[in-house]
Parts: sequence; structure tokens; C-alpha cells
Amino acid sequence: MSTRNGAAPAAEALTIAGRTFGSRLLLGTGGFPSLELLSEAIAASGSELVTVALRRLDPAGRLAGRGSLVEVLTDAGVELLPNTAGCYTARDAVLTARLAREAFETDWIKLEVIGDEDTLLPDAPELLRAAEELIDEGFVVLPYTTDDPVLARRLVDTGCAAVMPLGSPIGSGMGIRNPYNIALIREAVDVPVVLDAGIGTASDAALAMELGCDAVMVASAISRAQDPVAMAGAMRSAVQAGLLARSAGRIPRRLYATPSTADHGLPEFGPA
Amino acid sequence: MISLNGHESGVSAGETLAVVLDRLGVPLDARGVAVAVDDEVVPRAMWDSFVLSDDARVEVLTAMQGG
Repeated sequence: MSTRNGAAPAAEALTIAGRTFGSRLLLGTGGFPSLELLSEAIAASGSELVTVALRRLDPAGRLAGRGSLVEVLTDAGVELLPNTAGCYTARDAVLTARLAREAFETDWIKLEVIGDEDTLLPDAPELLRAAEELIDEGFVVLPYTTDDPVLARRLVDTGCAAVMPLGSPIGSGMGIRNPYNIALIREAVDVPVVLDAGIGTASDAALAMELGCDAVMVASAISRAQDPVAMAGAMRSAVQAGLLARSAGRIPRRLYATPSTADHGLPEFGPA
Repeated sequence: MISLNGHESGVSAGETLAVVLDRLGVPLDARGVAVAVDDEVVPRAMWDSFVLSDDARVEVLTAMQGG
């Protein structure tokens, strides 16, 4: 589908749990050297859904008043997606989610239950347990999960509103290590698939969308880039390009060449 | 002893959560703040009336960059 002037067709909006977002790029707030840069990066990314963590209040720190993280995010007009980062058990994750609901007045939770401190890979049984409990309590649960299609299906069976499979470990920048599994997850579930973790640069985000993901979540690849604001813009373009390429339909991969120019009408020249 | 975010709070049993929050400089209408006492969420509406027992563990949490 293309328009007469060659402009890209308006992409369908992303809908999660009945809420619609114009942007398919979710932004993590971790790792930004300053709130000013975070604010500029949000604007450059076009993101409408931004994650925050909950930690002990530091009396010396800036509270939710002027210039605080909450104020910066409110001013940016984004929706908050609290996470349960740092939780290693279902119990801790559930309690953290309840506190996040109280602090941010949202039922949405990016559920992370970590099983290993070196790889920060999810703990599947604890993740499922926490998801079940939170869904029973009325939360809209977006679980950070491995790239296992069976686990993704189990999470959706419990009622998760989306799944967020990793491309590779958090902050590793190694991109999508098992693209076939990501494509299988897309086929296995009927909720939005948000590629989370491992994105290193714009081409990784484009690949996620080409594989059929509905959105991409990026944190470190933007916040720790040499120029976070420029990278935020690059990710925004990459997500759009990947979505367009996906809907345009790529050519199949072949081992041998297929001429793009017809042989018919080729002149015959004399011997050299 | 009533603990606050892992440290001794200096608050005596019988005081309310509002007193603890005041020490942290947290107004009762603070946005982006949540409180747990002994691993249970205490809703904002109860901060003023929630009386702390002698060995209460108070956690006061707020938004931080992450994810």
C-alpha cells in the first residue's frame, strides 16, 4: 500500500490492553547521565510509554517536586510504565508492583523477575507465579521474558497483556541472538510482542520490527550512546523503517543470484 | 526499634507514618511516593492515621531512573 506522492502510509497504532499508542518505541529511563538529556531523548524518540523503577527515597535527593524524575516525565506527556527491576522472587515483584500502583496510580507493570545476577535472565517459574498473582489483583502485566515461545504462550495464557522477550541480555548490546524464536513468539501469541533488552543499535530495532514485533523497548542503547538524543532519533526511524519493511514484504533469501536486469535484448559483441 | 529504609528511624512506637514521612521531608500529597510497613502497602489515605508498632519496618520508595 503506497500513496501517490510516495509518502509512507500512516502506520497502524499500537494497542496494548485497550490503550493506543502512536509510537512503537518504548523508552527505558535507566542510564541517562542527566534528566535534561532524558527529557531531550524522550522528545527525539517520540516514545509515549516510558519505564521507571522504584527505589528507597533518598532524603538528600530531589523528591517528586520541581525538577524531579516524575516531573520531567509528566512534563514530557508520557505514560509511566513502572517496572519491578531488581526483584529475584515472585513475592518481591508482587509487592513492588503493588507499591508502584500506589506511587504512580497505574495498574500497568513491566514485570521483571530475575534469576541470575550475571546475565539478568528471567526466572521462568517465579515470573509465571508473579504474573498469575498480579493478574488476579487486576494489574495489566507486561512480562520481561526469555525468547522461549512456550514460556511466552504460558504467560499469555495467564492473562498477560503483552510479552516482552529479550533479544539478548539486558545492557549487552548484542542485538537479537535468536531471530527465529522471536518470529515464533510472534506466531505463538495473540497479544503485542515488544522486543526488550539487548538492542545495541538502530539496525537491531529495525530487525525486531521486521521479525514481526509490535514494538521495541530500548534503554541502554540510547541512554549510554555517545549522543543519546541522536540515537533516540535513530531508533525512532529504525522502528518505523522496520515496520514499513515488514508490511512491504521482503524478497526471499536465495543462495544464488537472480538477475535484476533481463537478458532479453542483450547485444552480441565480436571476439575480444 | 522502628526502621526506616533499613536504618534506625529515631521514631518512637505510637507515632504515625506521617511523622516518619515528615522527617524525610515527604508531604502527605507527595507524588510518586509509596510506603510499605512490614511488607504491606499502606495507602496514601492512611499515612496520617497509621500508628507504628515498636518493631515496624518502614520502606518509603519513590521513582528512580530504570528499565
